[in-house]
Amino acid sequence: MRRSRWAALIAVVAALVAVGVAYAVLNAQSKAAAAPAESATSAQLEEGRKLFLEGCSSCHGLNAEGIDGATVNNGGNGGPSLIGVGSASVHFQVSTGRMPLAGPAAQAPVKTVEYTAEETEALAAYIASLAPGPASPSEEELDFSEADVAEGGELFRTNCSQCHNFAGRGGALSDGAYAPSILDATPQQIYEAMLTGPQQMPVFSNESLTVEEKQAILAYVDDLRTAPNPAGQDLGSLGPVGDGLFAWLVGIVLFVAVAVWIGARVR
Amino acid sequence: MTDNSPTPQSSSAAETGTDVVARNQGHDIPGLPPHRPRQTDIDPRAAKRAERQVALMFLASALMTVLFVIAFVQIPTTDTWPVPFFNATINASNTALGVTFGLAIFFIGAGAIQWAKKLMPDKEVVQLRHPLKSTQQERDEAAEVFWDGADESGFGQRKIIRRSLLLAMGLFPIPLVVMLRDLAPGPLDLGVLKETLWEEGSRIVTDPLERPVRPADVPIGGVVSAMPANLTEVQHEEGNLNARAKAAIILVRMAPEDIQSQQGEGWDYQGILAFSKICTHVGCPIALYQQRTHHLLCPCHQSTFDLSDSGNVVFGPAARALPQLPITVDEEGFLIARSDFDQPVGPSFWERDR
Repeated sequence: MRRSRWAALIAVVAALVAVGVAYAVLNAQSKAAAAPAESATSAQLEEGRKLFLEGCSSCHGLNAEGIDGATVNNGGNGGPSLIGVGSASVHFQVSTGRMPLAGPAAQAPVKTVEYTAEETEALAAYIASLAPGPASPSEEELDFSEADVAEGGELFRTNCSQCHNFAGRGGALSDGAYAPSILDATPQQIYEAMLTGPQQMPVFSNESLTVEEKQAILAYVDDLRTAPNPAGQDLGSLGPVGDGLFAWLVGIVLFVAVAVWIGARVR
Repeated sequence: MTDNSPTPQSSSAAETGTDVVARNQGHDIPGLPPHRPRQTDIDPRAAKRAERQVALMFLASALMTVLFVIAFVQIPTTDTWPVPFFNATINASNTALGVTFGLAIFFIGAGAIQWAKKLMPDKEVVQLRHPLKSTQQERDEAAEVFWDGADESGFGQRKIIRRSLLLAMGLFPIPLVVMLRDLAPGPLDLGVLKETLWEEGSRIVTDPLERPVRPADVPIGGVVSAMPANLTEVQHEEGNLNARAKAAIILVRMAPEDIQSQQGEGWDYQGILAFSKICTHVGCPIALYQQRTHHLLCPCHQSTFDLSDSGNVVFGPAARALPQLPITVDEEGFLIARSDFDQPVGPSFWERDR
């Protein structure tokens, strides 16, 4: 039987349609898989978009694509793209008051929080909906009740203490940057900081520091925060410099006073 | 000052007091101020009061010692006291023991000083100082004795004796040098300073939990403190801590286009760089990595290394770049070293370039 002249053309069109349909279905599935576990409602996304346009877009661009040019520090309004930074980064920056930025500074300082918890969630959900990125940790990931505090101490001293001090009090870096004290941060904020590496801080992804290791670190920081101090005053836990300064200032004054008394002429 | 007791050898006029005044460019030495008796010397009631003060201080010391014993027995070591104004608590036992013990010894000392100042005799005594130099006569005599001895011994004339003695005394220190050198632990093993545990194929594991590292485990902008897997095989007695101190590294990852230069071509693995963690200044471990500038800052003396540019020093006292460790992956996909460091890690030493 002789094939129709159109048979080849119809076959090609049918194959193309089949591939297109399959791609659309699979693509939708993979998109769904990449969405955050607690899927954001459309109302939340809409609120987040509104808040973003009001409070963030002047530096980060109307579509969070970032603005090229001089940054706030140099008198401009340029800001980085937020595509793909994930909800963890947004929650960390906004819930600590670092964003929105108040003015030029070597790094964004912690200050009064501008947004409520719901508004922060909405902003984070909106940014996370633009492109997949590190998501805020779940309740289970933040639960450090079973974690090993001693192991957390080892991990903290190896990975964190060089900048944040062995007691979590923070310290100076170069060019005006500094590592802040982490004792006032919530476990979620500490987790998100490790996950996203804000500003000069390196990134500690869940591969370089596993979830269990992060939980151990959270447990250690909690221990630092709650441990009693038998001496009454820790003098900032800054190590020998602070302790020595106190000993010299107070101790030398006492010694001088006694020496003056011994040497004074008796009437 | 000079009117009483003339100096034993007052032969030389320059050593008497009158000339000292002259040497002070005409200013008179004021001498001692007039002696004023203390209140306790003239008023018996003041003396009685001072006596009571001293006794009270000694009694206070005794009381503190008794309180120390009571505190030691009575206050549980777990009790705490609130600290006013500081919103803190302080360990009760430590505080009570320290305060009572400290005051007990303080009041003994304070009482003794008060006693000495107020009640012990208040005489002023002048102690004259004499020149340290001997008189010219003594000096001449000493010189004469020396030269007499030199003449009589014949040291100047008997050349063979003089030369053989000089030879003997010149050789004598040699055994001392040999014995002192023998105290050093064997011939200096420079390998100890120049080699680390890293070798071709050493697997890189995280510090301290010893997890092998896959390239995907190191995110861009991330830092991982790491050590060689075979470090765990070195026992403490065999120098585990020394081996660890030399082999500690950090892994950092940056976008490959951010890497300006490396110490060897292709020593990174897909943007992952491995550097010695030991500062080349005096050997502090460094891991203050600032991911935006790729600077690694040493906390001890602020040496700053640019890891995107061969680990070169950009600030501070360090004289050399941080040694870079060439890395790759093995068949199982874990990061490994390609060799040991190509230079000694850590601070400089004399034999470094030998």
